[in-house]
Amino acid sequence: MKLKQFIPLLMLVFCFALVTSCKSKVSDADIKAKVETAMSPNPTVMVDVKDGVVTLTGDVQTDEDKRNLENAAKAAEPKAIKSIVNNLTVAPIEINTDDADLTAKVVDATKDFPNVKATVADGVITVTGEVEQARVQTLKMSLDALNPKKVDFTGLQVK
Amino acid sequence: MSLTTKYQALIAEAKSAGIDDLQIAEIDGVLQIRGTAPSADVKNKLWDIYNQIDPNFLSSDVVMNVDVSTAVAGSKVRVITNNSNLNIRKGPGTDQPIIGKAAKDEIINLISRANDQWWLVRTEDGEEGYCYAQYLEPVE
Repeated sequence: MKLKQFIPLLMLVFCFALVTSCKSKVSDADIKAKVETAMSPNPTVMVDVKDGVVTLTGDVQTDEDKRNLENAAKAAEPKAIKSIVNNLTVAPIEINTDDADLTAKVVDATKDFPNVKATVADGVITVTGEVEQARVQTLKMSLDALNPKKVDFTGLQVK
Repeated sequence: MSLTTKYQALIAEAKSAGIDDLQIAEIDGVLQIRGTAPSADVKNKLWDIYNQIDPNFLSSDVVMNVDVSTAVAGSKVRVITNNSNLNIRKGPGTDQPIIGKAAKDEIINLISRANDQWWLVRTEDGEEGYCYAQYLEPVE
């Protein structure tokens, strides 16, 4: 008699267990929504989710951003995400390594600095001579604007 | 100390200042920075921070090329030479003849950007020619 009384209760418990176990399974759409929220400071990042595998695509500024975004995506739904495919790309930085082109441009950039001598080798602009303190930034800005590999000021005297 | 640690304040400012197409990467021991600033003030602030971290830029471990987005054809630009006049030349190059001059702090018209180094300008007096872009700053 006692057992019969308990049957409805047992069924209720069973149903409840079934419902909660269904609920704990996070759908791809839910994962996508959470990861997209985590990526929202970087609107160029696209999120795709299939069977719990998250794929990130888009352009980012630095390698550090690429790593950080992957970690942030994982943290958005750590239990439900099986793995992350990080297809984020860091755009290559433009560097002028054409010495002839750089040499010609360096002539224009240093024309107003009569006591400065600048040479170009392997994309590196090496600057020697002397420059007034007030104009060193203008000189550096003019040379950096040429996108060289390096502007070597270590031999430059600042008065 | 890594370059990203040494220039942490500069990188943080570049990231928070709304620089378009910002790129930062360490290549062959040099921190390369590229992007387009929303104003000349933002660009100048970045250079101030860079100069504070590395006085007179003598460490030679950064190349920063930040453009200003407001420097477009039809806008006004200010002459920012130290104290001399700015040469206006017939063509884009210091080998070109000087056809006019613009005074320090004079506001002139930017007609077009011939290239990153040389911009075609016209003064209020109607003198038209090429000036070295580094001595021109967009007026906000």
